[in-house]
This record gives sequence, C-alpha cells and structure tokens, in this order.
Amino acid sequence: MLILSRRVNEKIVIGDDVIVSVVEVRGDQVKLGIEAPRNVKVFRQEVFDAIQEENKQAAAAAGAQLPLLDIPLRAKE
Amino acid sequence: MRVKTKAYGEIDADERQLVSFPAGLLGFEQFKDYILLDAPQKPFFYLQSIDVPDLAFILIDPFLFRPDYSLDIDDDSLEEIDVARPEDVLVFSIVTVPGEGGTVTANLMGPLIINKANRLAMQTVLGDSRWRVKHDIMAELAASKG
Repeated sequence: MLILSRRVNEKIVIGDDVIVSVVEVRGDQVKLGIEAPRNVKVFRQEVFDAIQEENKQAAAAAGAQLPLLDIPLRAKE
Repeated sequence: MRVKTKAYGEIDADERQLVSFPAGLLGFEQFKDYILLDAPQKPFFYLQSIDVPDLAFILIDPFLFRPDYSLDIDDDSLEEIDVARPEDVLVFSIVTVPGEGGTVTANLMGPLIINKANRLAMQTVLGDSRWRVKHDIMAELAASKG
C-alpha cells in the first residue's frame, strides 16, 4: 500500500484520469473531492461491505421457508 | 443440462434459464453461472449456482412491493452486460429470509440487472440513500397498498 501525506487543496492523480483532492480536514474527518470518468465507480467501502454481507446472509437463508405474500401478480408493464 | 439445486435436488434445466454474471455477485465473485428458477411460491424466484449446489439466492421483483422503486444506472455500467435496449433489462432484488419468523427483507441497494437478450447479468450498487440492503417486504407491501 502506498501511503502519502497531502495538505488541503493538494491532489493525487491515479492513472490517467482519476484525481483525488483533499477538500477539507476537520478533526478526524477528511472531505475528499474525486474526479473520475463515469465508468470508474466510486463508492464508500461500507456500501460494498454492506451488500457483500447481505448477499452472504441471503445465500445462507435461501433454503428457508418462503413467506406467503398477498401480492396481486399483475403483468409487468 | 442437469443441475444440482439447493431447493429441488438434481433437475433438468433449460439453456434458456442460464444467467451469467461475468463479475459474479459481491462476496461471491468466483461464481459466475446460475440458473433462474421459479420458487415453489410466487412471486419468488431462485437464482441457483450451477457450480455449487448449496449456493442459491431468493429473488423478487422489487416493483411488486415498491412501485416507487427507481434505478439510475449509467450506460457504461450497462455496457458491461451489453444492454442494447432498455426493454431487455430485468431487475431483481435478493431476498433474505431469516429463520423462525424473522422479518423477510429485500436488498434494494444492490439489485441484480439481467439482460434477457443475452442472459448476462450484474449486481449493481445504487448511490441513492433511499435504497437500503434491508427493506421489510411485508411492511412496504402494506404501505404501498395504502
């Protein structure tokens, strides 16, 4: 892992087209600005972790009894 | 094609039931190939791994209980599964069924997008904070009926 130190308003360039800038530092919180092409997905790590964890719970339970849902089974428009 | 399933034991599957996730699902990246099956109870479906009999997910059409559900997926993401026409896209949510009467939830934050034209699929991540990994299906169904 590369570890480097930056001050507010300084930037990091990743590859040809991703720029991360330090917008603000307040206490233990850092506000980052990220400029990246639309095909580069940028997410908070927690979001990925949450979905991964939910997938695992769902897979573990997939043999369980399905609930009875009173849903009108209309055709999808 | 014979497939060993978690729900039904070994069954005959049609090629048209195949769905491939080139990138896998989050946390299950190594498993790419699944079949889509009707669950014993509507409106649920099973997404059954072809490689691992014990790996299966329960799916539901999220619009059935959240008519206001919406997904903003950029075209570059859809290119990963070669989506040419919007009408080819199917959206499913993964359902979590906890044991012993717990709340049955659906994951609206990480929906599955299937291109029915080529049966390629992906799990996407939505940035909209309205959609969480656990939505109480029964409660939201009741709410949607007013």
